[in-house]
Amino acid sequence: MHNFTPVSALIGGALIGLASAWLLAANGRIAGVSTIVHGIFSPPEAQWRAWFVSGLLLAGLAWIGFAGPVPVRTSLSVGWVAAGGLLVGFGTRMGGGCTSGHGVCGLGRLSVRSLVAVITFMATGMISAFVVRHVLGVPS
Amino acid sequence: MSALLSAIAAGFVFGLGLWISGMANPAKVIGFLDITGEWDASLALVMAGAVGVVLIPFRLAVKRAKPLLEEAFALPTRKDIDAPLVAGSALFGVGWGIVGYCPGPGITALATLSTESVVFVAAMMVGGLAHRALTKT
Repeated sequence: MHNFTPVSALIGGALIGLASAWLLAANGRIAGVSTIVHGIFSPPEAQWRAWFVSGLLLAGLAWIGFAGPVPVRTSLSVGWVAAGGLLVGFGTRMGGGCTSGHGVCGLGRLSVRSLVAVITFMATGMISAFVVRHVLGVPS
Repeated sequence: MSALLSAIAAGFVFGLGLWISGMANPAKVIGFLDITGEWDASLALVMAGAVGVVLIPFRLAVKRAKPLLEEAFALPTRKDIDAPLVAGSALFGVGWGIVGYCPGPGITALATLSTESVVFVAAMMVGGLAHRALTKT
């Protein structure tokens, strides 16, 4: 397999799990990023959500600061990026979660509802990636 | 430690995990989702690693009367499998497969100030607001 990076994937995944476990144990909240982001202006949960999102942004700044500039993809047109973003925003609100809320936290809580969500978005994600790259011929 | 410092620390560690794992690199995510290309299975290990880490702490945490820094847990209670769950997750997957960003990576990638991260997050917010407008009765 090309570009297979199992060690960094496991370490990164473990950090995501650690942060999610901490947020539940300390704050009593689920680290579901779509719910956090879309509820960032909804009191009384708005404040901690804004701080969590600030942490995500700081991590990006710290990563770029220490690891150097990251490769930025420019091949995907703005129209496709916007279409993808709209579907991600609408779909995660309709389905009540994303890769973190349903994926990490939901599976971690052995939720069948989340398992159904994960199987669904993994399946359509794979179909979509295939159709967009190989049927429609969009450069990735 | 205050609950807000705890939240920002959790966001920071979560974000570092996204960068280290490769989730914040949309080209790598597409390499995982596109199983007919040169398939890169790495990102399956991100979810496996994360779920593996949370399994036991989650069970122990919710046995306590309340979390360490707040007065009460706020946990999802729904267990039903309904049409919006499946349809919404399906739409999310389609968007994820197009762009290679899911919400967390999109947000932390804003630190690059790349055009695509800004466009993605703006469109994602609009998509969420559209759902709210359509479901408001």
